[in-house]
Amino acid sequence: MLILQFMPFDEIASLSSDKRVSKLLEIVKENKILLLEGRLRKEEEAELIKKTMETIDDDFKGIEIGVIYPKDKDKDFLNKIRENMINLLLGDRRGFTIMGPATIVKEIKQDPNKIQLFTTSYTPKS
Amino acid sequence: MITLMQKFIRSIFGDFFGKRKNLRIGLYGSPNGGKTTLANKICVDWLGEEMGSVSSVAHETREIQIKEQVTIKSKGKELSFNLVDTPGIATKIDYEDFIKVGMKENEAKNRAKEATKGVIDAIKWLDDMDVVVIVLDATKDPYTQVNITIIGNLQARDIPVLLVANKIDLKKADIKMIQSAFPQYDVVGISAKYGNNIDEFYESLFKISK
Repeated sequence: MLILQFMPFDEIASLSSDKRVSKLLEIVKENKILLLEGRLRKEEEAELIKKTMETIDDDFKGIEIGVIYPKDKDKDFLNKIRENMINLLLGDRRGFTIMGPATIVKEIKQDPNKIQLFTTSYTPKS
Repeated sequence: MITLMQKFIRSIFGDFFGKRKNLRIGLYGSPNGGKTTLANKICVDWLGEEMGSVSSVAHETREIQIKEQVTIKSKGKELSFNLVDTPGIATKIDYEDFIKVGMKENEAKNRAKEATKGVIDAIKWLDDMDVVVIVLDATKDPYTQVNITIIGNLQARDIPVLLVANKIDLKKADIKMIQSAFPQYDVVGISAKYGNNIDEFYESLFKISK
């Protein structure tokens, strides 16, 4: 059985970068596939990879992650600036992030508009 | 935001205290893209010696390797830099994958542990690069979150990026796929193993390092 957990961005909006990353990793380590509204900041994505590496052991083999993010090519300059400021202050709630443990999610293939998630035959220990 | 401030402070006070002597060029990418093969090609071409060992088993490079004072020449120009070869960045490392290719359990676990540390070091070193060459395996889908994260972090730090589509000697290689995934960057197709198109790579290195 696969468990898919949805997380609205509000749940991590007020957290520091470090706590955001730790919270997401905790859920994935429970063998759940996490669907997060929006996306992490670029530096947080790098921090997530670092923290994942620190956490890897015989049971936890790492994560698979993918992000669907809308292109904003039709927006004018002022709207882009306004949106970037909001994203900087409040976090980026556009698109969504999907991540799961590597023992369950074998591969995530993505393009800007579509995500394909391939799972393994792994059965989590209960 | 913090990295932008660091960059600003460095640009102001760098002149005051004297800028770092040597340009630092980093080779980044996922495991098995051919970073060390390219590092070896550069070092053999300009220093006459290799930099590190290569292997078909992932995570052969598990420590940052630096070759100092590499000077390349092209059309009367010279470019001197320190070349930094980094471990491949991944989001997962499974020691059982190493057992499958014939390693003993202890050796496989050690390799996995060293590889995780290598990934962490590679990310930490991003801040210290002046120019980054991202080495992509042109036979594989480039639109992965690891590539997007590396490129996004370099963009945020305002570090110039050159994309290299490696392994163009292979039939499955598709440079256009890389160009369409990252249209805002220059992409140079090469075979680091056989030296195909390596002069165009050196030319691009001059352009990006200005």
